[in-house]
Amino acid sequence: MILARQRFGLWLVAACAALALLVLWSLGAGPFPVGLADVLRSLWSSLTHAPSRLPANVDAVVLQVRAPRIGAALAVGAALSGAGAAYQSLFKNPLVSPDILGVTAGCALGAGVAVLLSLPIGAIQALAFAGGLLAVGLVVLIGSWVGGRDPLLTLVLTGIVVGSLFGAGIALVKYVADPYNELPAITFWLLGSFSGVLPADLASALVPLVAGLVPLALLRWRIDALSLSEDEARSLGLPVGVLRLAVIVCATLSTAGSVALAGTIGWVGLVIPHAARLLAGAAFARVLPLSVVLGAAFMLVVDTICRTAFSIEVPPGVATAFVGTPVFIALLALSFRGSA
Amino acid sequence: MGIMRPSMFASRLAWLALALACGFAAPALAARTFVDDAGRKVELPDRVERVFAAGPPASVLVFALAPGKLLGWTRAFHEDEAQWIARKYADLPELGRLTGRGNTASVETVLEAKPDLIVDVGSTSRTFASLADRVEAQTGIPYVLLDGHLDTTPAQIEKMAAVLGVAERGRELAGYSERIIDNLRAKIATVPRDERPTVYYARGPQGLVTGLGGSINVEMIELLGAVNVAGATRGGLANVGLEQVVLWDPQVIVTNDPNFYREVWTLPAWNSVAAVRTKRVYLSPHLPFGWFDYPPGANRLIGLEWLAGILYPRLFHFDLRREVAEFYRRFYHREPTAAQVAQLLAEPGVAPP
Repeated sequence: MILARQRFGLWLVAACAALALLVLWSLGAGPFPVGLADVLRSLWSSLTHAPSRLPANVDAVVLQVRAPRIGAALAVGAALSGAGAAYQSLFKNPLVSPDILGVTAGCALGAGVAVLLSLPIGAIQALAFAGGLLAVGLVVLIGSWVGGRDPLLTLVLTGIVVGSLFGAGIALVKYVADPYNELPAITFWLLGSFSGVLPADLASALVPLVAGLVPLALLRWRIDALSLSEDEARSLGLPVGVLRLAVIVCATLSTAGSVALAGTIGWVGLVIPHAARLLAGAAFARVLPLSVVLGAAFMLVVDTICRTAFSIEVPPGVATAFVGTPVFIALLALSFRGSA
Repeated sequence: MGIMRPSMFASRLAWLALALACGFAAPALAARTFVDDAGRKVELPDRVERVFAAGPPASVLVFALAPGKLLGWTRAFHEDEAQWIARKYADLPELGRLTGRGNTASVETVLEAKPDLIVDVGSTSRTFASLADRVEAQTGIPYVLLDGHLDTTPAQIEKMAAVLGVAERGRELAGYSERIIDNLRAKIATVPRDERPTVYYARGPQGLVTGLGGSINVEMIELLGAVNVAGATRGGLANVGLEQVVLWDPQVIVTNDPNFYREVWTLPAWNSVAAVRTKRVYLSPHLPFGWFDYPPGANRLIGLEWLAGILYPRLFHFDLRREVAEFYRRFYHREPTAAQVAQLLAEPGVAPP
């Protein structure tokens, strides 16, 4: 633990301030030459509904392209990290990522089918979201039907099996797709990107993201207690089953919303909660807010690199690994090598 | 043919025995040697009557040259596509793709179709050459691989015609193709570099996948001497950011995604792009084969004239009705009705508004 427990609130405020600075930096960065001052003027005029007196394409770049994209990166980073942190607490396993119950595979299959049917982008997003919910719904249903002595283990195993079933579905969809047109579209969608996020996409994706994250934040103390053994948790009077279901529903909403918006982005949901734990200790009540802030910041940095490094986009899934791995190793070294 | 080494002879013998055992007629011993575009020596049978086309560009070319020899299509036609060609050809079976990014035809499907020859048109890279070698070794059926670049279309046609034994027909179509390309090139050569339009090719439902410089997807833009805004980076297909497109500010956008074409007019971000402001966004026709990008075959020739008229409206005044009717008659063996052509050209995004 690097951050002192007593001053956690202070650290969190500092992290939020740093995040705000990152947002400013990202708003000013991009291939289109528009400085931070013009960006802020454009944003201000859109808030006040006053004309900005900037060229139309500058307004378009700031309001229609950069701002929603930054918002999406923040939201997706926060949602995936929050979901990952919740799952790691729930399953008492640090190797768990948000897609452990097959949500990502479900989303990917939904999107793949939508591309195969040549549906418009809104329908692709909707089917992706529905596919994620369907996959996890199946897992929960099968898990509760099968039961077993260790319901969590049953859930994880079912998740892996159902996830690979949906994975096979994706493979089938890719196989029957037209290799010139549909197959590249599916591949690019699965690689993920924030490049096409429009204000309307962000607005509709924020609904499930917020609906997932807010309950997690409200339940953070109880989720903390879930990491006790089941008997201990019950002896505290916690409705363990209901709480678990609530965590799964919330994490699924967040993750499915993220994947529907930006495609499959790995790494963040698995590693950011670890970084938060290294910094703030294992208590979920501290890990969740820190994960959310760190995840948002990390995703924003990565996506800003994705859209500025070259004239073509770098897939965020690729960039997260390249940027995140050295950062995470440094963090590991900082907390373990020092304490050894 | 020289004296075979014993081991080779034995393997030939084994193939022959296998072929006979499988119950199909062994192909006549090779009568002519053809060097394909990958530099592979292929022994062709005397007469080629049954041809398996390994991918969509090859099937278009075989269909154009000798429809009676085509064994099937890589995928079944949709009803709207089937209306453009004679029923007996549209009803040929779906055999799948043999090479390329997705391999849907099994070697058994190939053997069952009993082809005299397998042909593929497209990349002649070592990957595809070795794929061809493997299929040839496995099936004992000669496999010809031709280069599929757009600018070599006349040569492709002549080579394929020679392979199929329809040289006369090949000369006719190659000459026609050459006239189309030469006429376009000669006129475009007179346009100064700075007057050539900048073009963005929008793929995918968001229109944010594009073809980089030198990619097979944007060959038409390059052949027509226009500037592909994404051409500075060489490569295949890539994802680009909307901000980058706004920065490129292309004068013309070409797409083959109807969803993108519908939505581009309603999205404020795209509205700041010159092509959208000046209503120069075009949706390529796709019946019965695409006019732009895919399949990357001879079917793109008619698209060249269409796109030339869009890119250089003052230079070209094609009567597209006539051009389409002629191209379809020559390549697809049936002149479409005036109503069909009118409907094709009247679809939104095809003709300049």
